[in-house]
Amino acid sequence: MTADSSAGTTGTTGTTGTAPAPAPAPLNTEALRKDFPLLARNVNGRPIVYLDSASSALQPHAVINAMTRYYETTHANVHRGVYATAEESTALYERARLVAGRFIGARDAAREVVFTKNTTESLNLVAHSWGRANLRAGDAVLLTEMEHHANIVPWMILSEELGGLDLRYIPIDDDGRLVLDDLDRLVDGVKVVGVSCMSNVLGTINPVRVIADSAHAAGALVVADGAQLVPHAPVSVEELGVDFIAFSGHKMMGPTGIGVLWGLASLLEEMAPFLGGGGMILDVKLDSFRPAPPPARFEAGTPPIAEAIGLMAAIGYLGEVGMDRIRAHELALTEHALARLDEKLGPDVRIFGPPAGVDRGGVISLAYRDVHAHDLAQVLDQFGVCVRPGHHCAKPLMRRLGVQATARASLSLFSDEHDIEVLIEGLVEAGRLFG
Amino acid sequence: MADLEELYREIILDHYRSPRNRGELESPPAHRVEGFNPLCGDEVVVSLLVEDGKLADLKIGGSGCSISQSSASLMSAAVKGKELAEVRRLIGTFKGMMSIHEATLGPDGDGLGLGLGGGLDDEDEAADPEPVNLEALGELAALQGVVKFPVRIKCATLSWNALAQGLDEVAAEAS
Repeated sequence: MTADSSAGTTGTTGTTGTAPAPAPAPLNTEALRKDFPLLARNVNGRPIVYLDSASSALQPHAVINAMTRYYETTHANVHRGVYATAEESTALYERARLVAGRFIGARDAAREVVFTKNTTESLNLVAHSWGRANLRAGDAVLLTEMEHHANIVPWMILSEELGGLDLRYIPIDDDGRLVLDDLDRLVDGVKVVGVSCMSNVLGTINPVRVIADSAHAAGALVVADGAQLVPHAPVSVEELGVDFIAFSGHKMMGPTGIGVLWGLASLLEEMAPFLGGGGMILDVKLDSFRPAPPPARFEAGTPPIAEAIGLMAAIGYLGEVGMDRIRAHELALTEHALARLDEKLGPDVRIFGPPAGVDRGGVISLAYRDVHAHDLAQVLDQFGVCVRPGHHCAKPLMRRLGVQATARASLSLFSDEHDIEVLIEGLVEAGRLFG
Repeated sequence: MADLEELYREIILDHYRSPRNRGELESPPAHRVEGFNPLCGDEVVVSLLVEDGKLADLKIGGSGCSISQSSASLMSAAVKGKELAEVRRLIGTFKGMMSIHEATLGPDGDGLGLGLGGGLDDEDEAADPEPVNLEALGELAALQGVVKFPVRIKCATLSWNALAQGLDEVAAEAS
């Protein structure tokens, strides 16, 4: 693991003067890049420029090695066998739960952290288990216009099942920030509020605490989508004041196939199981079953064990680099990128979302002239640049923005100013090609 | 960037910039079909008017990337006024050209050098469509560069699938 040494290399000269004065020590991206084997790859004859971490992050050696080592030395099913490797495997899996909980400041991780498949499954779990038991036809659910489909569609499915929920949305302004002027009216009578901590399209970091306080005053629960924020900034569930938060392993440099749902123990205790099967029961008779307590109640079947261990390694890696330094790096680079795009491309480029600042993460959705996002991304691929074109699973937001699709470049702890220059080079070529 | 120029041939860019047969036909009597590409949000609306066994008229609406829009435009120019049997033959030929069968699977089975056979041999793939007669496609053959970019195949076939669906629906209504 090289994160420690590289992360400790500070005082590098030549960094931009854009970082705020009291910022944490800058990252040595050149050293950090060596931790990611995939960055050594060439694409279309050019070194890969990976600007798609908001879709799925790359994995450092530390994660890949931890999983390989686990499979080579330890693998066994968890919570079942009594032989040595089964005990070790179980201990590692449960340790991963504690590590994931501590990463977001959970007080009672052993009971409050549920491993799922991904953020989407975590959010579906809440809608299915909590929502089904606690919502009735006509009840109000408050979401935001910038939610990912994963925090909209599960509530719509529930609405159909229950005979109609009152789905409300906090609107956004033209800068891509939530408009909270009417929050008290919107939240009145609401049973549950679903809010993204950070938009996967706009990069907006939402004032979740403000919304959570209003929601709680109105007697509503808060379900936060942490998929974009948890990997890129220090997060504390206590400071956010939410009741549930969901995030994914693969967006934080862990493997695919594992996600987290954190929920207050008092709420999880009252919730019915999501999926039925092995591992989630205390007893089963021919005509009935008794569910296990949380979190096992929500982890039916053999869980993603190696993935949990990979996630634990990813959290260890991020922790060694330092979440505050990652956030400061990505904020400074976002500021730099927005300035460079404006400087080089001027009004030809349209950036969605707020200007760089404390409420802006490293997600840069853009439109260039009238070239379709798909075509932009195709041309960028020839430069080795990986960006995501499309609606980003946020079609209501796309309609609000008046676009069909955007091209989204998203930053990571290893992203640097050179990446931005190659992005601009590719955009210019797309402009030439489509004239 | 040879592949890219292969993909974005001049004729494709021309149809993208100046799409033929844009608009919608009054429905009824025309039949209207919408096609969506859920991956990228591209939308196409095909209005078709069938008369006396012919595709008497059609118009293309919607919006999307250069490949989906130029393919729709090229399609409209190729099928308008043709006998239905010939339209269907053209749809089959075009979709045959868009088969990713040979383009993506190398001899090692995974096409990426990962050493993963997985028991999936070329023979296991869906049966080959009829051999593609590129000459019969005329200008449409310009779209064959899309096959090298498998994700974009859905863009190229969006309007064709909508047209095929429309013809099926018209036939079902008539019977």
